[in-house]
Amino acid sequence: MDDIVEGLSEISCDVLVIGGGTAGPMAALKAKAKNPKANVVLLEKANVKRSGAISMGMDGLNNAVIPGYATPEQYTKEITIANDGIVDQAAVYKYAQRCYGIIEELDSYGIRFLKNENGDFAVKKVHHIGTYVLPMPNGETVKKALYRQLRRARILISNRYMATRLLTSSSGRIAGAIAVNTRTAEFLVLKAKSVILCMGAAGRLGLPTSGYMFGTYENAANSGDGYAMAYHAGAALANLECFQINPLIKDYNGPACAYVAGPFGAYTANGEGSRFIECDYWSGQMMLEFFNELQSGKGPVFLKLNHLHENTISEIEETLHKVERPTRGLFHEGRSTDYRKEMIEMHISEIGFCSGHSASGVFVDEFARTTVPGLYAAGDMASVPHNYMLGAFTNGSVAGEDAMMFADNHDFAEFDQADVKREQERVLAPTRREDGIPPNQIEYKTRRLVNDYLQPPKVSRKYEIGQKRLAEVREDMEQNMMVTNAHELMRALETHSILDCADMAAHASLYRTESRWGLYHLRTDYPEKNDEDWFCHTLLTNKGGRMTSEKREVQPYVVPIADEEKGLYDKQRIRASA
Amino acid sequence: MPLATTHTTVPVVVDDAKCIADKGCTVCVDVCPLDVLRISDMTKKAYMAYDECWYCMPCEADCPTGAVTVNIPYLLR
Repeated sequence: MDDIVEGLSEISCDVLVIGGGTAGPMAALKAKAKNPKANVVLLEKANVKRSGAISMGMDGLNNAVIPGYATPEQYTKEITIANDGIVDQAAVYKYAQRCYGIIEELDSYGIRFLKNENGDFAVKKVHHIGTYVLPMPNGETVKKALYRQLRRARILISNRYMATRLLTSSSGRIAGAIAVNTRTAEFLVLKAKSVILCMGAAGRLGLPTSGYMFGTYENAANSGDGYAMAYHAGAALANLECFQINPLIKDYNGPACAYVAGPFGAYTANGEGSRFIECDYWSGQMMLEFFNELQSGKGPVFLKLNHLHENTISEIEETLHKVERPTRGLFHEGRSTDYRKEMIEMHISEIGFCSGHSASGVFVDEFARTTVPGLYAAGDMASVPHNYMLGAFTNGSVAGEDAMMFADNHDFAEFDQADVKREQERVLAPTRREDGIPPNQIEYKTRRLVNDYLQPPKVSRKYEIGQKRLAEVREDMEQNMMVTNAHELMRALETHSILDCADMAAHASLYRTESRWGLYHLRTDYPEKNDEDWFCHTLLTNKGGRMTSEKREVQPYVVPIADEEKGLYDKQRIRASA
Repeated sequence: MPLATTHTTVPVVVDDAKCIADKGCTVCVDVCPLDVLRISDMTKKAYMAYDECWYCMPCEADCPTGAVTVNIPYLLR
């Protein structure tokens, strides 16, 4: 089973999209629509039919800017404040202006959104200031609808190929990518004029507290391969120290409450059943209050629904148990927990990188361009903050159009054939050992070290110990990792990505010597926010094999923020009333 | 170093009587994001070959004969 076969083929295309989850299919569709004569290839590690963060479905749009409910200016302001001011607004503003068009387009694909009796979208309020949450009661149809569109547009789909490295020219321009078949280990070299990375979050970075390695919040297939590939190709990565940490049902890796149950009157409560946060929207500041309450004498934290009417609870249950993570109903059944009778224990997730919820991603501008010419990124792995599923669709469409324009104006870039040979050797090294350590043990150790040393609150000395231990694991990975078949080889390659992401998480966190984004970057030895020195992005880059970080100015705001508005997300804790 | 195999209960259970993999069906194997399902050479039925499940459920939802059941892994129960 999954025997390793020798083989190398080469194909070329105008635009190569890597990752067929959410942003990727939209990028491919828009690229093809821009130039129907061009060749667009969509490469996917799993199968486009059911891949990515929305594999099973999605229960709603968390950031829909719909005329009559919200304006692009208001949304841009809200996200800027929620992300502690460290936002290049041009990309967020562009998203906010375009996302309504994308909703209409998704609607035309047959994906249904909640509408009221007048036929208008029934948008709900979860955020601090504006109203942007649009439920999708039939959200389980998303992937099927996308797949239909891809077939109709005749996009060339290559499933079960895992991209491992990008190819660049001597001048640094993108030239293509190398991929390996996840069931045979055969290689595929893809020459492309432009490449769009849509490879999702780095979701297999921390270890879930259950100890089950694949019980991560993110789809466990999202192992940070895109972050690692962008790094090795010389692209800059932004604000990686702004980790993703989410509130979850304790032991079950489904999202908890805010966007689905919140608008119906459910809320996050402490052990006494009282509210302790003003707003359930997932910001770093909210997560810090959540974390504080968990540790406090009033902990742990619960999802409270048992005060709601039976009809309301049934409606919430219908969505939570059927659409996005349908095993959730099974989980509650197994534990005999009932929303009607008791509060449901919550906890926080393991750490990851994901700009879909926070801001850690490959640096992109408002055209989804990375710092490598011809290379684009969109979705959870690109740096547009808090962009969620609708951001993946919208920014994916921006990337698709711009990447096709790039391909129309450029020929193929030359790459060094020796790079292909070198990559084959790197990939196959674990297959050539007779004895060694299996990838699951290297992965477990890496992720255990991430939990022990990198998880916030961040302590400098612990980080330095963590870096030293991770370097030892890297030595083992490079010298002793052994695999017996092609499936295990995929896991070995993912382990490389995970370790690269762990190193980047440590490096980026140590560089920013202040605390920001609530729990996401809480440094106990630098506990204060320091706007004077650190009101800036940090960019992490591979410079000649050395990991380096530097500051980058926040671009002048498009939508001004008044001084008294800047701290709105800092005041999350409910204060005792007289 | 010598390697050992450790027994573990896996979440995905296939009812061989309902599974039509022996007639050429590969739906559950195709849709799994983590690629953990295979068709057995011996029984010609689908089974969970690798304990790397995200318990997302497309295998169960998309199975044309209702042969696949996804359970919550024991560590989480």
